[in-house]
Amino acid sequence: MGRSQALNSRGAFTLLTYRKTRDRIVEFVLMLAGMVAVFTTVAIVFILLKESAAFFEHVTIREFLTGRQWTPLFADAHYGIMPLVAGTLTVTGVALAVAIPLGTIIAIYLSEFAPPRLRETVKPILELLGAVPTVVYGYFALLIVTPLLQKLMPELSGFNMLSPGLVIGVMIVPYVASLSEDAMRAVPRYMREGSYAMGATKYQTALGVVVPGAFSGIAAAYILGISRAIGETMVVAIAAGMQPNLSFNPTEPSQTITAYIVQVSLGDLPHGGIGYQSIFAAGLVLMLMTLVFNVLGFFLTRRFREAY
Amino acid sequence: MATTAHLTLDEMRRGLGWRKQVDKLFVIVGLLIMIGCLGILAYLFLDLVHDGAQRFGWKFFANFPSRKAENAGILSPAVGTALIMVVTALVSLPVGVAAAIYLEEYAPKNWFTGIIEINVTNLAGVPSIVYGLLALGLFVYQFGLGQSILTAGLTLALLILPIVIVATRESLRAVPKAIREAAYGLGATRWEVTKDHVLPYSTGGILTGLILGLSRAIGETAPIITIGALAFIAFLPPSPFTETFPFLSFEWLKSEFTAMPIQMFNWVSRPDQAFQSNAAAAGAVLLGMTLLMNTVAIVIRYRFRKRINW
Repeated sequence: MGRSQALNSRGAFTLLTYRKTRDRIVEFVLMLAGMVAVFTTVAIVFILLKESAAFFEHVTIREFLTGRQWTPLFADAHYGIMPLVAGTLTVTGVALAVAIPLGTIIAIYLSEFAPPRLRETVKPILELLGAVPTVVYGYFALLIVTPLLQKLMPELSGFNMLSPGLVIGVMIVPYVASLSEDAMRAVPRYMREGSYAMGATKYQTALGVVVPGAFSGIAAAYILGISRAIGETMVVAIAAGMQPNLSFNPTEPSQTITAYIVQVSLGDLPHGGIGYQSIFAAGLVLMLMTLVFNVLGFFLTRRFREAY
Repeated sequence: MATTAHLTLDEMRRGLGWRKQVDKLFVIVGLLIMIGCLGILAYLFLDLVHDGAQRFGWKFFANFPSRKAENAGILSPAVGTALIMVVTALVSLPVGVAAAIYLEEYAPKNWFTGIIEINVTNLAGVPSIVYGLLALGLFVYQFGLGQSILTAGLTLALLILPIVIVATRESLRAVPKAIREAAYGLGATRWEVTKDHVLPYSTGGILTGLILGLSRAIGETAPIITIGALAFIAFLPPSPFTETFPFLSFEWLKSEFTAMPIQMFNWVSRPDQAFQSNAAAAGAVLLGMTLLMNTVAIVIRYRFRKRINW
């Protein structure tokens, strides 16, 4: 502070009042910044509900949930969301079938078996991999993985759900591995040492003591992977095709909820028409699916949380 | 488990030998899978660079997108991305740091603070396309900001807000309590403590968080598509700098735009084979920028941690 002359007691009092008032103002501003997060969530919910409400004035919830065709942009419009949901679930299923086993095994290896130097090298690489733009993975899926798969399975169509599913799986392996490994490392040493003292080998300790001990963190990692796979947009928009298809067969093309939203956004839609509203209804379903998995994960982690 | 009374020493030795083999097997399997995954990714990236190599050159970086693949370049997407990043950084940094300071230094431990914290965690898991829907409904139409660079910047700022907040909180937490208490002991107010003593030590972590957030924002396609970025923009937004006083213009904020990931998406989606190498080249540029930014962020974080000796 640049005051060279001493303050009398009145001057000191005024200065203190000024500082205190300034502090209160600052605190209020900072709180507003904190509220931005709350406002964002509220805004998302508000927008989705508002436009979906408009959508459901034209479409019954029954047709929405049980209809088997999704053609909102055609002249003969159908509004059954099931084909999109089937597409999303199939792609997510393929992705998880890849990511969960591979990610967990890599995590166990890094946490229990790998020499520390190797672990220190691989973890930043995993972190970097998580930051690659998803359009790039979309390119891989369409132009590299699909032709490769077509050599193995000649009847595979150019757009299919297998290729983006596999690519998304490989894409989320770093997340699953990294988070699971963090969870496993958090298991205290003494638990492992107790197991070794009983004569168990490393893998017995890993599978019998560490993994169950880290289960809540591992489940959280899985849930994050599921959320990412469900919400993934660009890989499926590029490689899975734009035809809604009520099928769980990965060799067929299909459209996911996210790809539909992209398709509509790329076109020219008048603001306020039912086509415009349909993307918000689809988005609402997407959010509900993500919410269901997150809540599931929350209860799973709570139930299995170990107290160290 | 059989009690030891029932196993002979020989049986125990054999059992142990077998379990040790499984151990070695696990190491091999784990190593193979890890190298396999990393190898697949390395192969994909190298293939990408190889596919795009024929396009690298002055023409690619200086041209606008065009109907002929050899002439199509990334000038407008690159400029668009750069301008969007400026808006994103200018919005997300103050809001994110302020929110983190509030949560870390000021907020009492009550339900209200809990709500804020839950929301920050929640928002990190929302699919990016939902941010696009939010922006479409709210920014483009309700607020009337239109399909502009400003909208894109605001959307991406919201998207990376959780990243900035979490990184800032961690770096604030890393400052020892003793520093704060010494300042309080001299009669400083809470804001003076934060501004003059805690924040200076946290700048490294904050910077890291911002760069990580921006590297994520550069590659985000879905939100920007939803708010209406076009892909055949053959013009640049108006320059922020003007000839006349006051030398600064904000027209560019309202301009339509395109961005690098959008351009790549557009090129990839074309049936024309020639554009695939354009897409690959654009992808390689995107990849290079993302890796560069992440490496810079990690290096900053590392060097910053080394310098501080509490």
